[in-house]
Amino acid sequence: MQKDDYEGKFGSKDQQETLKRITKSDYKYGFTSDIETDTIPKGLSEDVVRMISAKKNEPEFMLEWRLRAYRHWLSMIEPTWPHVSYSAIDFQDIIYYAAPKKKAKLDSLDEVDPKLRATFDKLGISIEEQKRISGVAVDAIMDSASVATTFKKDLSKLGIIFCSFSEAIRNHPELIRKYMGTVVPYTDNFYAALNSAVFSDGSFCYIPKGVRCPMELSTYFRINTANTGQFERTLIVAEEGAYVSYLEGCTAPMRDENQLHAAVVEIVSHKDAEVKYSTVQNWYPGDEKGRGGIYNFVTKRGICHKNAKISWTQVETGSAITWKYPSVILKGDRSIGEFYSVAVTNNYQQADTGTKMIHLGENTHSTIISKGVSAGYSQNSYRGLVKVAKNAKNARNFSQCDSLLIGDQCGAHTFPYIEVNNPTAKVEHEATTSKVGEDQIFYCNQRGISTEDAISLIVNGYCKEVFRELPMEFAVEAQNLLAVSLEGSVG
Amino acid sequence: MLLKIKELRASVKDTEILKGINLKVNRGEVHAIMGPNGSGKSTLANLLSGREGYEATGGEVLFDGKNLLDMSTEERACQGLFLAFQYPVEIPGVSIANFLKSAVNDIRAYHGLSKIDAMEFLTLAKDKMKMLDMDSKFLRRSVNDGFSGGEKKRNEVFQLSMLNPRLAVLDETDSGLDIDALKIVANGVNRFHTKENGVVLITHYQRLLDYIAPDFVHVLVKGRIVESGGKELALHLEKHGYDWAIKSKKRVN
Ligand SMILES: Nc1ncnc2c1ncn2[C@@H]1O[C@H](COP(=O)(O)OP(=O)(O)OP(=O)(O)O)[C@@H](O)[C@H]1O
Ligand SMILES: [Mg+2]
Repeated sequence: MQKDDYEGKFGSKDQQETLKRITKSDYKYGFTSDIETDTIPKGLSEDVVRMISAKKNEPEFMLEWRLRAYRHWLSMIEPTWPHVSYSAIDFQDIIYYAAPKKKAKLDSLDEVDPKLRATFDKLGISIEEQKRISGVAVDAIMDSASVATTFKKDLSKLGIIFCSFSEAIRNHPELIRKYMGTVVPYTDNFYAALNSAVFSDGSFCYIPKGVRCPMELSTYFRINTANTGQFERTLIVAEEGAYVSYLEGCTAPMRDENQLHAAVVEIVSHKDAEVKYSTVQNWYPGDEKGRGGIYNFVTKRGICHKNAKISWTQVETGSAITWKYPSVILKGDRSIGEFYSVAVTNNYQQADTGTKMIHLGENTHSTIISKGVSAGYSQNSYRGLVKVAKNAKNARNFSQCDSLLIGDQCGAHTFPYIEVNNPTAKVEHEATTSKVGEDQIFYCNQRGISTEDAISLIVNGYCKEVFRELPMEFAVEAQNLLAVSLEGSVG
Repeated sequence: MLLKIKELRASVKDTEILKGINLKVNRGEVHAIMGPNGSGKSTLANLLSGREGYEATGGEVLFDGKNLLDMSTEERACQGLFLAFQYPVEIPGVSIANFLKSAVNDIRAYHGLSKIDAMEFLTLAKDKMKMLDMDSKFLRRSVNDGFSGGEKKRNEVFQLSMLNPRLAVLDETDSGLDIDALKIVANGVNRFHTKENGVVLITHYQRLLDYIAPDFVHVLVKGRIVESGGKELALHLEKHGYDWAIKSKKRVN
């Protein structure tokens, strides 16, 4: 794929020169290659899966795996249990392989939709960053390339691998073979199977034994990956005693013509290791009438070995439909799983999100803090499973699921499932539903606070416990994001 | 003139509550409004601040010469109208510090001023809290969340002193305060009050007026001001009750 070539290249000086030339001159033609003009016909078949694998120059084992996934997918039916509704997806009407689409290149920010720019400003995104996101051709691209290069050098000194998934398949096939599908097998669910058959690209991250990754790993640093495509795949492996904090997504609104997104994320946290995974998801939610918007059907799961820890923190504001349950399998004794979530829905958005904490080991602990905020005509559901296996002595779970309603046309729903098979387990579940009251808004207004600021204050206050878990800079952006997402939610 | 209410009529849910109120407040004056339960005192306060559901059906209200009833609630606040609520609202999760900083900054923005410096804000807040004998820990607590009745009232006066409006309407801020707290809160109001601003005290008790001397006392009965006078009127009411005021009104009619 063109993007991988690009990434692979920027190490060498020659190629850096080439890159500089390309980015400075006419960007439109800069990356034209045989591969890029390549697309395949609509629809899904074994041939399509073979074609994708061939185009990506994958080793045999990868193709075999994709085919097994595809055949399994054929035997599955689309799930209907989430509390969302949408018209049926025609899986034969989707193009499963296309070279990443280049965004139209603009000469200056003046060409960017003023509405989008206003949003950028409200989010506090810097001018340079605005240019990068909206695809204005500037030297800044070179800057971020060099940042990324330095960054990669620092990481490789520590033995940390952080690259695209395709690159990892080529350069680290043994790691991919060892771990891929061990946490989310392709048999897991309909969309995981689909992803396994046709995944486009994603990220791979490996932290060796005893290494504490000194910086937040952000997909942002893997330049040119803004268009990873609709079937993204991420694998994170932390060896014994390792630590990494990983950031996915960005607060800027993300548009994409592909309506269906089905990503898979797998995390392996070995003995004494810790992985912190933070997401801000702001895919296009559709317009205020509910037209358009992304369907985001994601499978995220991690496995904890002895004494290990995995924390998921997510701020979900985008997508027309979100279907996502970042989960932790607490396999090792004394392992810890955490889930902190803010899911905001406005207008006609629908979200069905939550987590699964599977306690298998002894003395395993899990914490679930979920904050749902619904406005407009949206539907926001928390769905969570806490399962304690027969041998999981002294397992502990604390769940708190709060729903906040803005207006009276929206809905909040809670579906907690608790399965306890060991009498020593202690499972606590608390749930509250509250409303942003007109009297609260009036109280704020009377102090000179605008209604928009009042909502933002109240909602941010309500989500405090989750924001606390986000890396500092991310937290500030996420707060602004909430304000922007809820704009116009109160008359 | 700071506030001029002329023949104001107002309804709540199609029931007329205020039936022609006349009131003038000049800068530097303190007015007390007394009257039986349900006579419309809070309705007047809510109407002045633009609360939804309170509809003016006649008359006019000028605030510093501008038509108050045309403005949104936050605009009235930014123009310098402050209401200390009879029942302050709880806002869980929002710290007093964040809440007040937003208020200060939104009001400043309205007047074209930049945001307040964080240190300056903190110093000012601590200063005012000390005056009101409040623990500065309150800054980190959620607005009115789990506050005792007295703490809520004190918090209202704290906000008053922070926002420094031109006109303060205090709706039964003395209710629920113990004797010591009453003195402290009254002292807070007195410190706020200058020649430049006005205070309207809604109260049931003469004892508040022992600490905050009103220039005028008005008696509101069934949506009308039936009697106005100096601070001696409050003492007279305490002795003879509202019945007396109602009867005296009838005598006049
Ligand atoms: N939001 C409302 N909904 C229905 N009725 C209302 C509302 N607000 C005020 N009223 C009615 O208007 C009348 C005046 O009420 P108001 O609260 O103004 O009285 P008040 O003089 O402040 O009394 P108190 O001394 O008990 O505080 C009462 O009959 C009350 O029930
Ligand atoms: Mg009242």
